[in-house]
Formats: sequence, C-alpha cells, structure tokens
Amino acid sequence: MAGVGLRGVRKSYGAVEVIKGIDLEIAHGEFCVFVGPSGCGKSTLLRMISGLEPITGGDIVIEGEIVNNIAAADRGLAMVFQSYALYPHMTVRQNLSFGLENVGTAKGDIAAKVDAVSKMLQINELLDRRPKDLSGGQRQRVAIGRAVVREPRVFLFDEPLSNLDAELRVDMRGEIGALHKRLGNTMIYVTHDQVEAMTMADKIAVLRSGELEQFGTPLELFNNPTNTFVAGFIGSPKMNFIKGHVDHADRAMLVLATGEKVALPATGFDQKPGQNVTLGIRPNDLQPAPSASLSMVVRSVEQLGTDSYLYGGLEDGTAITIHSPGQTQVTPGEKIHVGAAAASMHLFDTESGNTLRIS
Amino acid sequence: MLRIISPLMQIVEIPFAFVQKHFGMRVVWLFLMPNVLLFFTFAFVPIFLNFLYAFTSGDQIMLGDRPYAGAANFESLSRCRDYLDPNTCERDIFWRALFNTTWFVALQVGFMVGFSLLTAIVLNRDIRARGFFRSVFFFPVMLSPVVVALIWKWILLRNGLLNAWLIGLGFEGVNWMLESSWAFAWSVFLSVWAHMGFYTLILLAGLQAIPRDVYEAALMDRASAWRTFRRITLPLLAPTMLVVLVLALIKGVQTFDEVYAFTGGGPGSATTLIIQYIYETGFAGSPRLFGLAAAASIILAVVLVVLTAAQFWANRRNIDG
Amino acid sequence: MGKIASFLTATRGKNGRMDWTDWVSYGYLLMGVLVIFGPVLWLLMSSFKDEAEIQRFPPRFLPYTQETIEVEGYDTPLALYDIVAGEFEGRRLAQIRRVGLVAQMVDPNEPDVRLKVDIADREAIESVGLATENYTELFEKFSFLKFFWNSTFITVVATAITLMVNSMAAFGLSKYQFRGRNVMLMIVVGSLMVPQTVVLVPLFIVTKELGMLNSLWGVIIPAAATPTGVFLLRQYMLTIPDEILDAARMDKASEWKIFWRIILPLSVPAIAVLAILSVIWRWNDFLWPLIVLSENENFTLQLALNSFQGEMTTKWSNLLAMTVLTLLPIACVFFFLQKYIATGIASTGGK
Repeated sequence: MAGVGLRGVRKSYGAVEVIKGIDLEIAHGEFCVFVGPSGCGKSTLLRMISGLEPITGGDIVIEGEIVNNIAAADRGLAMVFQSYALYPHMTVRQNLSFGLENVGTAKGDIAAKVDAVSKMLQINELLDRRPKDLSGGQRQRVAIGRAVVREPRVFLFDEPLSNLDAELRVDMRGEIGALHKRLGNTMIYVTHDQVEAMTMADKIAVLRSGELEQFGTPLELFNNPTNTFVAGFIGSPKMNFIKGHVDHADRAMLVLATGEKVALPATGFDQKPGQNVTLGIRPNDLQPAPSASLSMVVRSVEQLGTDSYLYGGLEDGTAITIHSPGQTQVTPGEKIHVGAAAASMHLFDTESGNTLRIS
Repeated sequence: MLRIISPLMQIVEIPFAFVQKHFGMRVVWLFLMPNVLLFFTFAFVPIFLNFLYAFTSGDQIMLGDRPYAGAANFESLSRCRDYLDPNTCERDIFWRALFNTTWFVALQVGFMVGFSLLTAIVLNRDIRARGFFRSVFFFPVMLSPVVVALIWKWILLRNGLLNAWLIGLGFEGVNWMLESSWAFAWSVFLSVWAHMGFYTLILLAGLQAIPRDVYEAALMDRASAWRTFRRITLPLLAPTMLVVLVLALIKGVQTFDEVYAFTGGGPGSATTLIIQYIYETGFAGSPRLFGLAAAASIILAVVLVVLTAAQFWANRRNIDG
Repeated sequence: MGKIASFLTATRGKNGRMDWTDWVSYGYLLMGVLVIFGPVLWLLMSSFKDEAEIQRFPPRFLPYTQETIEVEGYDTPLALYDIVAGEFEGRRLAQIRRVGLVAQMVDPNEPDVRLKVDIADREAIESVGLATENYTELFEKFSFLKFFWNSTFITVVATAITLMVNSMAAFGLSKYQFRGRNVMLMIVVGSLMVPQTVVLVPLFIVTKELGMLNSLWGVIIPAAATPTGVFLLRQYMLTIPDEILDAARMDKASEWKIFWRIILPLSVPAIAVLAILSVIWRWNDFLWPLIVLSENENFTLQLALNSFQGEMTTKWSNLLAMTVLTLLPIACVFFFLQKYIATGIASTGGK
C-alpha cells in the first residue's frame, strides 16, 4: 500500500532550519493537502518527499520503505509543478512520452498509454501542439497527463492551480478530485488557499514556519482547531478572536478589557479562574441580539442579497466580522449588541494559543 | 545530422550515467572537466610559466636548460639613458614600440569612440533603413585583419587609387607606406575603420535603452533640445561610454594583426607595436629570446590587469546605475 | 546651436518632412557607406583586372581587357590596336613588341609584313571583361585549396569543440548548486582576464610540449574553451526555469539526458550566437596560427595571404583575387545572419 510517512523530517540551509521535525502518516489512497501561508515550508516539504530536495534529518517512508537515499527518479512518484514545467521544445505527445522513453518502455506501449491518458484528460486533440500554443488550462491538463501516464505510486502537486484564473481554478479543482477518485492513488497537494484545501482534501496538514500545526480531516480542523493559528487559517471569513480573562469567581464568565462580561461554556473546556484566554467565534456563529452582552460599533456593511456581512469593532478596538444569512437592517455607525451560542465557542489559552478544549 | 549525433550522445552518456550512479549530483564535475582542463592547461599553467621564463635567460626552450637570470630581462628592457629618447635605450625597439603603442591607442581610441558616438546618435534618429545602415557600419568588424590591411594597402599603393585622385586634383602623389608619419596615421585610420562598428553597436544599444518617456517628461518640462542632450542623453549614456572606452583601451593595447599585415611594423620601426615586439623577440628573431619576450609580456599584462579591473568597475557601475 | 542640439537628440522627424538635420544625417550615413563599401568594391573590381590593367595609372574603375588576336607565325595572341594617326591611320594592327616610343606591329591579314608605328598614334581596343584567370591560377599555381581546407577544418572543428565544451561547463555552472561553484566561476572570470597575447611564450611552450606545434590541432585546442562562450551560454541557461529540470528528473531522465535533450535544445538561440562568433574568430584568427604554424602546407588562408603579400614574385592580381576569396565566406555569413550577429555582439559586449 503506497502510504507516505514522514518521521521527524528536518531540513536546514546552513544554520537556518526551515523544516523543524515533522511527523505525518498519509494512508494509501488519501488525498492529503499541505496548506499554510507562504514561507511555511510546504513546498520544501513536498520537494523533500519527491527527492528533489535532500533531507537533513528524519526518515521519509513510502510503502513502508525508507527512501531517504533513493534518487527522485527512482521513488516512483510523479509531480505536477506550479509553472507546469512542460518541455517547451517538445510537442504535447513528446512531453507525455519523455518519461516513458527514459525507462525504456516499448514504443507501442508508449503510444497506447499516451493515447489513453490524453483521451481521459481530453487533450487528445492537442497532441501535436507545443506548450506555447496551449491555453493555461490546457497546459495544466498536459502537466497532469505527464504525471498520470507514468503510473506513479504517489502524485505530488505543487500549487498547480495558482496560475489559473478563478473560474478555471474551480473547474480544475473538480477535475483533480475526479481524477483522484478514478485512479485511487495517494495524492499530496500543496496550496496556500484554504478553500482549495477544504474542498479537495481527505486530510489537511496545516503548516507554519516549518512545523506541523494540525493534521486531520477538513471538518476536524474546522470544528476543533488545536490553536488560534489553525482556527484563523481555516474558514472564511476569519474567526473572530476576543481577548479577556476568566472571572476569578465564575469560571464560566469571560471578562473583557472593557469590563464587559461574556458567558462561556461551562463544560468542554478546562479554563482556570483568572486565566488569560482568547475566545474564538466564527463570523456565522455571531448574531446581533438586543439582549446580547457584547456591544460593537458597525463600521461598514456588505449586502450580497443572500448574505450580509457586518464589519466593526468592540469598544477595546477588537475587530469583529459578522456573517449572517439574508439581508440586514443594520447601517454603518450603528451600535449593536451581538452574542453567540455557547456551543459554537472556541476557547484558547492566550499565551500559548493552544485550545483549552478537553479532548 | 541528428541521426549521426544521437548515437554519439548515447555513447557519451555511458560515463556520465556511471558517475551519476555512483556519485550522484557530483556528476556536475564531469560536465565541467573538459573546460576546466583546457583553462588550466592553456591559461593558468602559462601564467605561471611566464614568470619562470621571464626570470631565466638564454635561447633554450626547456626550462631546465635555462640559467636563472634574476631580473636581468627586466633590467635590460628598462635600461635607458634618457627615457624620452628610445635611441638611448638598450632595447630601443621595445621603447619605440611602447611609445608607438601609447600614441596609437590614444589616437585610435579617441577617434573611434568619437566616431562611434556620432554614428550611434545618427542611427538612433528616426532613420529610414536603419537596419541597413547599422549593418553597413558593422561589416568591417567581421573582416579579417589581413583582408583589411590588404584592402587599404591596395588603395594606398604608390600607383594606387588615392594617389590617382590626388594627382587628378592637381596635388602630388605621396608614398604613403614609406613615410613614417603617414604609415602610422593610416594604421590608426584602418584600425578605426575596422573596429568602430562594434562600438557603434554597443553605444546604439545604450542609447536605445534610454526610455522614451524620459524624453517625453523632459519635453513636458519644457527642456530645450540642447539641455535634453546635455542633461539626459549624456548622463544616461555615460555608463555605456565608460564600458566602451575601457573595452577599446584593452583591445587597443593588444593591437597587432591588422597593423602587422599592413606595414609589417615599418617603415623602420615606425609602426611597431608592443605585441609585435613580443612576437618578433620570442618567435621571429634569431636567437629566440623567450626570456625577454616573457618579461615584456609581464609588463603588458600589468597594464591589462589595471585596465581589466577598470572594466569590471565600469561594468558594475553600469549595472548599478 | 539649437539646431545642432535638435540634431543630437531628435529621434523622430516632424510629420515626415525632411528637416535639414535629416539631410545631414543621411549625408553622413551615405558617406559611411561609401567609405566602408567603396574600398571593398574597389578590391572586388581590381581582382578581375589583368596584370596590365592593374599596373595602369591612373586606374579605371571597371576591369577592361585588351582584345587580342591569333596571328599566323606568332606563338601567343597579340594585342590589337586601332591606328588613329600617321601613316597607317584607320587600320587595325596587332602589336608584336614595343621598343621605346615605337611599336613593331603587324596587320593580321598580312602576317609577314612588319610595320613600325609611333605609340602615340595607336589606341588599344578594349572591352569590359573579367580576368578570371586571377582566380583560376590560385587553384593551379598556388595551393589555395590546401589553405582553404586548413582554414575550414580549423573553423569547423574548433567551433564544434567550443560549443560542446562550453555548453557543458555553462550547464554545470548555471544549473547546479555545489561546493566550489563560486571558485569555478572565479576561474572562468580569471581566464577572461588573461588574454592570449600576454602568455604567448608559455602558451607556445605548452603547445610544443603537447606535440601540437605545426599542426592544426595546435591552433584548435588551446583556444577551444572560451570564457566568453561559457558566460554567454550560462547567462542564457540561467533563464531556463529549474522546474523543467526537476520535471525531467521526475521523468527519470539522467543528468546527461537533461543536458542533451532539454537544456541544449532550449539554448539554441545562445548556441547559435556563439557558433557565429566562433566561426568569425577562428576564420579571422592570425597571431596564434602565425606562431604555431610554420610549415607552408599548414598555413591558413590568413597566413597564406600575409606571406604572399611579402613575396616579390606574387602578382597583385592573384593577391587581390585571394583576398576576395578569403573575405567571401565571412561576407556570406554576414549577409545571411547579420541580425543574429548584431544581437549576439550586443549581448556579449565583445570578446
């Protein structure tokens, strides 16, 4: 089974450590997305798995075999690059067959495989064109086709959709998903776009500064983020974070810097009296209610017809976003009260940023 | 063509694949090896050897047979009673070559850069058939020095075209090649003729790199044409000018081919330049004074190192600016 | 002053009307064409003149040949003249020989009668004609083909070696990160600073020790690795995205295959420029062949041309024809490829 395992994988350039020990097990057939802000090391990690980038420490395991010292070409992987990296001087057909020729596949087999793959990806009409005569989406398909035709154990995608326009990106997202279902291979996909991650992944690995922040299914990450970084990164618009401390007398009461008090869930979190905590509420969980305890001033309102967004701030300046279905009567400048159900609240320790949820 | 080369490349692949299999990415050294080997053998070993020869004497080729002579070669080259008069020097031709080269370079570089700049400015105007004119000026750059020398020698013969014109106009014919100052002047001329197209091309590229909107901005600022030239064109072209100047100096100092083929260094030694002195001392004369030639080479090298350093400096300024 | 200034800065005529500055510009350029092509044209014309026409003073532009006629009793054809004055006015006579101011002539129709004619009374019968024997003699009397072959061999082989060796090095220096890369780059820069002219003596010794003296290989090998070439190709290869190489590695291509199947085809524009430069350098090379090649049979065209011009026995007619033939290949390269040459030169900034 072509699972991929990372065991304490490290990478440093001189004294600078860019991957700081990552442990990860990707099961066979899983679609795993590495997501994180730029510079988090996600592409480096992918290149380390591919073998294009040597690792400094730890082990990379593919199908139970440690491949640290095996060259990129011999790991049985295929990669789709951000810039597609098609061979500009070769036709589409030559691009697809180059890899097969290198391993000495018989001519007839090459033709058959190229034929099948190009039909599957609907690029069979383009086989005699060169990359410069193709549109962005077509190049993308050829790049994927070049990976598919080699029948690799694992597919690696390095931000493959970032050069496409928004509409095409949605289409290709769907196609890559369909491809995964059809081939059933393990796929590792790198992106900085959390929407892409949420829509495509079986498992998401959130990375920050070379460290793994959380690894789990999209909904696990959404519902139970382990820290404020993951909570803020996953979900759009971003989660609201409100800082305060737990009341010394009542551990189910949050006291804000302004003195306002918010009721916290009494169970599920292990907050201590007096602890500095950060309350996290997703914009769609926060609703205006006359009786609610938080008061905010609305600075701007976006009416989309089906949805509306309110942007404003608490009295201490904390920025707040509210996403509510339907249309709203609130106007900019208005002072409103907002609140959320205790069940939808997330609570984090302010110092460490880690969740206080009892698991 | 591909049918011949392809199998050849597959054979060459064998050692590369072998090295890659056992040494991984260190196969890069195999790519570098032929070139490095050639540089080493034909550039670095010679630099080192040059010193060994410069400090030994005699006419033997093998280093082992050559007695150590200390700085004798350099002393011999520099022994003069009056440094402004080559006749009083032990190696009078060396000094004459030095003087000739200095004059030659001063005149040649001066005229060449001047004419190149003028030509580039004219070509940068909205000229019809600019490509054609640019090519015409570049044409002599591609001619071999011997061909250039013969073309002009044929015109400057005693019974040549130029004298025919002069006589036709009522002047007297001149024996161009036999009068020292004329031979020298014509050497400078044909050298400028042959090389100026190259510098024109570089200066033209420099002019064309000045963005058009800078001129338009100057126009909006109501700058006069003359001020635009003085305050915009010249300063923006200055880095390119500097590169051209230094490059022309480096090449000028090493002039040999066309002048040697043109005058043979004569009449007398009126057009003998420093490379010709090295060539004749080391290779054409008898006995072959390798030590003296190597010593003269070192003196030339010092000049060139200074000029090359200037070139790097100029290039860097060009990039920064 | 203002007018001069606008001459210096204007890049565009005013609505297509010719300014006087435009006239000056075109005048200057046309004069340039005259000074540059004039001498070359003169060489071409002169190379088709027979020896008598070459000696003629003042010279004429077009090549003329005097008409000759076979006369019974004379081994060689005799030159024909119209007699325009004196005793034989109106007749057409052939000259046997000339003695001072008097020519011995004969009427082709009466070969036995010798006539004495004042040379002022006759006029040569000439027509424009090409003295192609100037060229054919090169092949018959001079070993022109041998020199041509030597030059061609050196140019082709040296260019092939230069392209191969330089592109391999440029690939290594542009697409790999390895310890010692900067040292290697420094070495390349360093050798750029050591022109051949300052190491002539030791270069000669090394070449001699390697047994390449007086052989074409002695001309080819020492200058095969050009720093300029490495730089030119490296600059170009740096622009090829590394991802393409990574893609090829994932496609199981060996490093050599990446070089040969990916990098070389993608570098063709730069390689073409280097090829053209190398051909020009090698064909026109003079000083180093002069030192290495001492036997006549190994001479390149340039050396042959230079040594012939010094020989008293060489006729200008042959020398000029040989000059034309030496110039011809480069002129062809120029006319067909001048666009690439111009960009190539501009991008390298010269040798």
